[in-house]
Amino acid sequence: MSAVSQDTAVKTSRVAQVFIYLTLVLFALFYLLPLYVMLTNSLKPLSEITGGDMMSLPRALTFEPWLSAWATAQVGVSPTGLRPYFLNSILMVVPAVAISTVMGALNGYILTKWRFRGDTLLFGLMLFSCFIPFQIVLIPMARMLGLMGIAGTTQGLVLVHVVYGIGFSTLYFRNYYASFPTELVRAAMIDGAGFFRIFWRIMLPVSGPIAVVTIIWQFTNIWNDFLFGASFAGLNAMPMTVALNNLVNSSTGVREYNVHFAGAIMAALPTLLVYIVAGRFFVRGLMAGSVKG
Amino acid sequence: MGFLDISHVSKAYGAVQVLHEVDISVEEGEFIVLVGPSGCGKSTLMNMIAGLEPITKGDISIRGRVMNGVHPSKRNIAMVFQSYALYPNMTVAQNMTFGLEMHGVPKPERERLLADVAKLLQIDHLLERKPGALSGGQRQRVAMGRALVRNPDVFLFDEPLSNLDAKLRVDMRTEIKKLHQNLGTTIVYVTHDQIEALTLSTRIAVMNKGYIQQLGTPKEIYDTPANLFVATFMGSPAMNIIPATVRVEDGAPYAEITDARGHLQSLKFSQANMAEWNGKEIMLGIRPEAITDIDGADRKSQNIQRFSNIVTVTEPAGSDTFVTMTVSGRDVVARMRADASVAARDSFEFAVNMDKAVAFDPKTEARIR
Ligand SMILES: Nc1ncnc2c1ncn2[C@@H]1O[C@H](COP(=O)(O)OP(=O)(O)OP(=O)(O)O)[C@@H](O)[C@H]1O
Ligand SMILES: [Mg+2]
Repeated sequence: MSAVSQDTAVKTSRVAQVFIYLTLVLFALFYLLPLYVMLTNSLKPLSEITGGDMMSLPRALTFEPWLSAWATAQVGVSPTGLRPYFLNSILMVVPAVAISTVMGALNGYILTKWRFRGDTLLFGLMLFSCFIPFQIVLIPMARMLGLMGIAGTTQGLVLVHVVYGIGFSTLYFRNYYASFPTELVRAAMIDGAGFFRIFWRIMLPVSGPIAVVTIIWQFTNIWNDFLFGASFAGLNAMPMTVALNNLVNSSTGVREYNVHFAGAIMAALPTLLVYIVAGRFFVRGLMAGSVKG
Repeated sequence: MGFLDISHVSKAYGAVQVLHEVDISVEEGEFIVLVGPSGCGKSTLMNMIAGLEPITKGDISIRGRVMNGVHPSKRNIAMVFQSYALYPNMTVAQNMTFGLEMHGVPKPERERLLADVAKLLQIDHLLERKPGALSGGQRQRVAMGRALVRNPDVFLFDEPLSNLDAKLRVDMRTEIKKLHQNLGTTIVYVTHDQIEALTLSTRIAVMNKGYIQQLGTPKEIYDTPANLFVATFMGSPAMNIIPATVRVEDGAPYAEITDARGHLQSLKFSQANMAEWNGKEIMLGIRPEAITDIDGADRKSQNIQRFSNIVTVTEPAGSDTFVTMTVSGRDVVARMRADASVAARDSFEFAVNMDKAVAFDPKTEARIR
């Protein structure tokens, strides 16, 4: 290496830079390939696909597969398309994300600013819940849902996801709030603010980054969940992921690949959207937690 | 009964006792400074006055009302924190009026109080800014403003100046002193800076290891420290502590010390009661400014003793020159006028103002009265 330099940044040569960018572009293309295949094939008539040409752009552009996947395709026994199940997923994911995030924030607030005897143990147990494999709880959970009379319903699914999500959301918020100065809470106490007022007026306004992280995390997990949906959802509560699976499996006669592709994109779209809208915060939020905490 | 009474207050975290039977009675309008080394329990005591920490034993009362178990917001106190603890999401104006809002003060009233205090502290032009856009000194003012608008019975300051740079610290110190003189509020102030303690307070409580070592006016603390800890903690440079033997000659007590050459010299005590210690070891305490050249000696003193010794080092410091020498095996610092002609390694004739000397019992470390 050259003599000691003031500049501590790592320097790369031109060649190395070209190499790095080339590699990055290659990998980007590699990862974009499936999306390309799905998108192009969802816009082709079936005959073009069965003709054996998966990689080319559509010769005759058609939106028919999308309409079919959305509204008319055979899913299970009924030709409803994915529309009702999309709605089911929304009805499940919105309350589940909202409740688990709010509870995580409250838990984090209490565990850092209203410490009590045994709080670390409690937090440890909640962390532990993050590592329990889904499969283990399937049967006890089914029994619980049955006892509560919400087996097979969307409320049931919401409950399951909230219970599973609280561990993670608490972890996120606790670590974020741990670096939040306790003196601020004390100042607010002297100023006369109570438990919820401090949370609402002092803590929440600065919780933006970690809230976004939690929401993205919870949304992706809950939206993409298949196991709980397949195990606990009745016909009227079935989420998108399970319906997609049924769509693919219940085609009669010819397999309508173009419709399947369109359905798959539909199922992936909401998470994609959440990432794009909040993605910038995602990275920033993680950094904020790690640097301070 | 004082205005703020801390009587027999102890604090323990589990088995660890951090405060022992603290007793302080504060009169209305007093400026009490709690001073002591890190970890001695200053903040803990402060937090108990504020109600942020429960009291293990004893009582704290304000205006004759026992405050044990009373919520912080119901004690009519205000606190200024070391980190300022300004709400980052609120503007300066919102920061300052948050407490009033929580106490249900109507908006016009809040705005009037805010305007008054902002003017007093000269922060009226900052009211719409967020704390992040303020300098350290400005944040400090806002934090004080937030306390002032509440017009509390007692102000609590926990090391409010320790985050400021040296120059600003001196300025703010003066400002706090002015504020106290103009408003006549009762203040309890924590610091581990003994200069701050001496300049600001009407009385000082020197603490160490959870005990109040001495409670008194700055002059009492400085001139007649209760024990070796107070003597060495307060004052900069610290008081010289010299092992000495007491000898009585012709009925008068002398402190016998050895100079750098190993020769015995004696300094006559001003206190006649030192005769009781004839033949015993004591610790002689002399402040650096009580050891000078002959011309620079205090003319009002009744008892100037001469003492010659070899100078080890001289350190000119602008207005004064600090001279170090060895006495009885210890380094001793003298504070000279800048123009005193003194050079290292030379022999020099010092004048010791024995009126200002104090003696300590080497066993109990308490001052001999
Ligand atoms: N929650 C706690 N559990 C156990 N010990 C504690 C706790 N809080 C404080 N202490 C101990 O109490 C003692 C006094 O702490 P305190 O914060 O009052 O010191 P301080 O005088 O304010 O020091 P500093 O000048 O560093 O701020 C310290 O020894 C500290 O370790
Ligand atoms: Mg402290």
